[in-house]
Amino acid sequence: MKFATRSDLEEYIGSLKKQQQEQRVLVCMGTGCLAKGAEAVYRRFAEVLAREGLEVSLALEREDVTEQHFALCSTGCMGICETGPRVRVEPHGIQYLRVRPDDVEEIVEETLKKGNIVYRLVQSEVLPDGRVQHWPLIKDDPFYRKQVRLVLRNCGTIDPENLDEYLARDGYLALAKVLTEMTPEDVIGEIMKSGLRGRGGGGFPTGRKWQFARMVKADKKYVICNGDEGDPGAFMNRCLMEGDPHAVLEGLVIAGYAIGAQEGYIYVRAEYPLAVKRLRKAIQDAYQAGLLGENILGTGFCFDIRIKEGAGAFVCGEETALIASIEGKRGMPNPRPPYPAQKGLFGKPTVINNVETLANVPAIILYGAEWFRSFGTATSPGTKTFALTGKVKNTGLVEVPMGITLRELIFDVGGGIQNGKRFKAVQIGGPSGGCLPEAFLDLPVDYDSLCGAGAIMGSGGLVVLDEDTCIVEVARFFMSFTQSESCGKCVPCREGTKHMLNILQKIVDGKATLEDLALLEETALVVKDASLCGLGKTAPNPVLTTLRYFRDEYIDHVVHKVCPAQVCQAMREFWIDPEKCRTCGKCARVCPVSCISGRPKVPYVIDQAKCIKCGSCFEACPFDAIVIKWRRKGNA
Amino acid sequence: MRDAEKKVVIVDGQEIPLEGEKNILEVAKKANIDIPTFCYHSDLSVYGACRMCLVEVEGRGLMPSCSTPPEPGMVIRTNTPRVLEARKMIVELYLANHDRDCTVCERNLNCRLQEMASRMGITRVRFGERTEKDPKDDSTFALVRDPNRCILCGDCVRACREIEGIGIYDFTHRGARARVEPAFGKKLSEVECVYCGQCAIRCPTAALVVRSEVDAAWKAVLDPEKFVVAQIAPAVRVAIGEAFGLPPGEITTGKIVAALKKIGFDRVYDTSFSADLVVIEEAEEFFRRLQNNSRLPQFTSCCPSWVVFAERNYPFYLEHLSSVRSPQQVFGSVIRNFVSRMENVPNERLVSVSIMPCVAKKFEARRAEYVHDEVPDVDIVLSAQETIKMIKMANIDFRELDPIPFDTPLSAGSGAGVLFGVTGGVTEAVLRYAYERLTGKELKEVEFKTVRGFEAVREAEVDFDGRLVRVAIVHGLAHAQRLIQEVREGKRSYDFIEVMNCPGGCIGGGGMPLAYPDYQTVLRKRAEGLYNADRLSPVRKAQDNPAVKLLYERWLKHPGSELAERYLHTHYYSRRRISNEVIRIQEAKSARKVDVAVCVGTSCYLKGSYNILQRLLKMAKEYGVEDRISIGATFCLERCAKGPNIRVNEEIVSGVGEENLKEIFENLILPHLQEVR
Amino acid sequence: MEKLEPEVALGRSFEKVNAILEKHGYDSTNLIAILQEIQEEYRYLPEEILTYVATALRVSPAYVYGVATFYAQFSLKPKGKHIIRVCDGTACHVKGSEKVLKAVREYLGLREGENTTPDLLFTVETVACIGACALAPVMAVDNEVFGPMDEERARQIIEEIEKRSEVS
Repeated sequence: MKFATRSDLEEYIGSLKKQQQEQRVLVCMGTGCLAKGAEAVYRRFAEVLAREGLEVSLALEREDVTEQHFALCSTGCMGICETGPRVRVEPHGIQYLRVRPDDVEEIVEETLKKGNIVYRLVQSEVLPDGRVQHWPLIKDDPFYRKQVRLVLRNCGTIDPENLDEYLARDGYLALAKVLTEMTPEDVIGEIMKSGLRGRGGGGFPTGRKWQFARMVKADKKYVICNGDEGDPGAFMNRCLMEGDPHAVLEGLVIAGYAIGAQEGYIYVRAEYPLAVKRLRKAIQDAYQAGLLGENILGTGFCFDIRIKEGAGAFVCGEETALIASIEGKRGMPNPRPPYPAQKGLFGKPTVINNVETLANVPAIILYGAEWFRSFGTATSPGTKTFALTGKVKNTGLVEVPMGITLRELIFDVGGGIQNGKRFKAVQIGGPSGGCLPEAFLDLPVDYDSLCGAGAIMGSGGLVVLDEDTCIVEVARFFMSFTQSESCGKCVPCREGTKHMLNILQKIVDGKATLEDLALLEETALVVKDASLCGLGKTAPNPVLTTLRYFRDEYIDHVVHKVCPAQVCQAMREFWIDPEKCRTCGKCARVCPVSCISGRPKVPYVIDQAKCIKCGSCFEACPFDAIVIKWRRKGNA
Repeated sequence: MRDAEKKVVIVDGQEIPLEGEKNILEVAKKANIDIPTFCYHSDLSVYGACRMCLVEVEGRGLMPSCSTPPEPGMVIRTNTPRVLEARKMIVELYLANHDRDCTVCERNLNCRLQEMASRMGITRVRFGERTEKDPKDDSTFALVRDPNRCILCGDCVRACREIEGIGIYDFTHRGARARVEPAFGKKLSEVECVYCGQCAIRCPTAALVVRSEVDAAWKAVLDPEKFVVAQIAPAVRVAIGEAFGLPPGEITTGKIVAALKKIGFDRVYDTSFSADLVVIEEAEEFFRRLQNNSRLPQFTSCCPSWVVFAERNYPFYLEHLSSVRSPQQVFGSVIRNFVSRMENVPNERLVSVSIMPCVAKKFEARRAEYVHDEVPDVDIVLSAQETIKMIKMANIDFRELDPIPFDTPLSAGSGAGVLFGVTGGVTEAVLRYAYERLTGKELKEVEFKTVRGFEAVREAEVDFDGRLVRVAIVHGLAHAQRLIQEVREGKRSYDFIEVMNCPGGCIGGGGMPLAYPDYQTVLRKRAEGLYNADRLSPVRKAQDNPAVKLLYERWLKHPGSELAERYLHTHYYSRRRISNEVIRIQEAKSARKVDVAVCVGTSCYLKGSYNILQRLLKMAKEYGVEDRISIGATFCLERCAKGPNIRVNEEIVSGVGEENLKEIFENLILPHLQEVR
Repeated sequence: MEKLEPEVALGRSFEKVNAILEKHGYDSTNLIAILQEIQEEYRYLPEEILTYVATALRVSPAYVYGVATFYAQFSLKPKGKHIIRVCDGTACHVKGSEKVLKAVREYLGLREGENTTPDLLFTVETVACIGACALAPVMAVDNEVFGPMDEERARQIIEEIEKRSEVS
């Protein structure tokens, strides 16, 4: 079906809506659920539904369809992979978790035919008094209560490989509106009014970025969608690209129209093959439908989209490095100015927007800037997706209005800390972000408040840490990541992070001094100030925030050689229990530094000063005579 | 009037007007504020990585001054506490990854990192020592590369890519493991290096230095048995003074001769003299080609980097290169075949030394065509840098020397010969000869201004006795490549093309004294110096040089004679590179062995080649021949339809499978091990 | 079984590479995509091919080598038959991915700096994030994603694959 005009599109969408199946079985086929066997579940549903004569496709005429029929849909990522494979039954709004092929018969029999709930497959929690609370319906699930799924509205509810399903939800109507009744300046004006800020982490006002690029005179301009979601622990963009690729495309075309570009690139990291596949299909379908390419909807506007895959470099999420990568070079950033909006891809004005930023655009155009502003705060309007992971009960992809507090996010949406442990800190913004302690739980989550606290929003990765996490080790982990992803171009990042990592390693190994700590902080400040690009400039953030809010823990490691969370292996002490020691000498024989001494009939002793805490003696002792003690402050 | 309207910026409290400078660094230079930098060169693209040039811009924080364009009204400070803290720590970080034994380093007292450390007052490095010790690469005659001194500024990468158009270096790997190296970590002699040394004159440290022959030179001059003859290239005479505090472009020819004599050279001659010979031989050759309308355009051949590049990349133009040797090699030949007779010194005792601005000459001197009976025409090539070192080692006070003339009878070259050191000089010299030779009239206006200057390509049309001859002059190998591409495509057409590898010609050679940060100004001053030397010369045309006439009378007879062909001309040959590679899994240890490689390309992989690989490893063990079979994996053998494929020594065997592997092993592989019986 | 003349045998015509270059219009801005397809075809990036690509694209071999060594996805050494990827993203790390990695490497007998087993059966890599964080810690073998992992399960999975690949 090729749409020659806007009215063609609207007419078709109208007819689609009439045909919309209300009764549907949705099986999530995102990366996570696929890994857990969703495909087998889907096939089983297809088999059983066909056998029972219950299956219906969208093409069936309305009269033939009875209330017995169900449409079977595979959807994109619902975002809660841990409890996959997930199945939803509409319009009941029932969600089933951890569904296996063997469960399908029961679901068809009980739920689809009789409308009953299969309780063993629903979200549940064991209450303190032993009772089990069930939440079979999505609308009751506390996980969803505070969420406002705008950008994620289609993820998990439509088949991302089917253009019709996107169209049926007002797909591409925003583009049609833009091309037929708005000028580029109108579009930019609307986006500026909406206050939409870059969702990739920078939080730069999107409308302003588009305006800069619009004002530059050039024979060619480009728009790029940054799908290089490299933050470990972040998968918001993955879900969007897998689950609702057309929203991304629509946003990209509108952006192109606004700044005067006719070519767009989507840069997707290599580690997301499913996202690449879905995007390619979506692009193909859009071309076929006349929504991409020449003379879109008969308006004379032309736009082409190309996909470029990354090849495994976190730094390519940085704008100028991304541009270098698309140009076929090493992904090394370039100094700014000149900014990409002035001189970007192939030297032309270029706007780079994050996947989520672009996915917000169609809705803003359709429902208006005021509508968008009704969510969130005055300076950070709208919603934000977060990948809530770590030690919370409910991990997964969430979307909340800006301004929600960390407490609400972690304890209401996230369900609180697992296993009854105590909250310690929340890591926001990935390796470029910071760790915020308990005192900040009532901080509203928006760009400016987080900046004030020394953290950044980042792309939306949120890792919750409990009392069993060593904050110094977390800082070391992030520094190790940044160090291995540093491109190596500028000295502060290349050498500075290397030495910072060395010092952090020394600290967790129990070998650091206060001088080292001072040098760590001094180096961190210079790396932050003098690095060439965002990676280097933000790499010290985890270290700086943890030093600011958890200094005591550093002092514990450095001065007292103690790890309060009992994580850093070097802070253990190995002691031989003289009562249990049978003086067999095995431990002494395996000790790589020969620090165990003893004789037959005399209990063996470990020289604490020489012990390297490798644990070989512990493994070797046949009598369980070796005891591992975690050093405590004030220990003799 | 407000600052923004006046179009000024304020740097360290000083108001500086903006005159179209492209970055803050250049603006500050105007006010004599020398912002430190390692990676900025005004003739290379901006890299922005060394971070030394950071300055504090009011309202914007720290910005790199090499890449930030100045905006009217900007208030800039180059020395705030924040800037100083950053700069000091950055130098500390550089030093932490650098081989710090300066006292025994080639660039001691002449190193920009050392200078910066001293300038910033660094007295400690709190980050430890560099633990990796990578091997030095001295595989070429011209350069030595020491990765332990590299500070990854990327100057060599950009120089080779942008000035040479070759790009033998690039950044490889990533992060703390990033390095600058040739492709696959190969040695310089294994890649497309043309030995020009443009990388070395930009390198801020000793990562790339000229390969020194000073020891050999000392040995020769101090040996009473040896008779050491030197020839001094034109470009050198306007630059050596720079190392002794004299301004660039000052002509110190006489002092250099005096210094060499003091050091112990027996005879000192002027390469400009052999340049005159080159003018005459090459011009005559050109006339012949014009007459026959063949082998045109004619390319000059005195630049060895250009010649080796042509041999590798333009085999179709080898016949077009002038067959005349370069002035260095012409003089070498003259020394071996004329001077030795004249001085009655046998060649075994005669050491031929050249003093050159160039390091590719070190490679040129060792070309097989210029070595006869194991005696090279030029034994030792000393760059200007090495000569300076020798002068200092000899405790000579250069500035106080009284100038001495060159030795007779070969004596000095004409002004035309001296011009060989600057771009356009060869052409100008040839034109001075050609005019008189073809018209029979005397040339009054000897200066051909149209071929002078620093534009990348200059053209001129000259009327030769009714025939219009088009000449082109290009310098910088990247520009030359572009020009030649256009000539090949028919977009441009010339009869004569002068190609110099180095920007500015030989005055910009890889062996010249290092001149940072005002390199572009220095280059132009050196050019001026040569033009002055030409003006000061009593003889300004090659044909008027009495020594030249003498040489033809006494030896060569006439230009283009059989003797001239034999001693002054040469030939070129096409050079290409081939290499092969197999990934070794198991290495045979004994001499009698067989080399087996299993294709692991996708097609063979899908047909089970990995299994075959493992079976082969097992069978080698079973048959007890594992130390005599090399087993490796290789990429596509391109017989995918008939795979799986393996290679046994030189043969490809297709259709290898579980069923026939034993048979193949016994009948095709094992027999190679039994050939002795 | 077929034997070929030595000169023919060693003179590779690089047909496959040419097809890939053709598809990407001999455009050096497509270098990354070109290298990805070459690696898919040959399972690694051989030196000779990289030099050939450089010549065909009119860029220097050092430039191609620089790009090939920059991106983590590219390997200049042949990989094993099975690629094991242990995810070390934040979520996986917090849930103990390091232990899984250590167990896998120990089980396969890999030494420091070694990533591929000597018989070219397995290659072990760490990846920064597969995006299946809710299944942490995650391990992928070839195209299958497994999670949550522990040392025992990881060993089991590898053992199974070994058994399947065993040759008599």
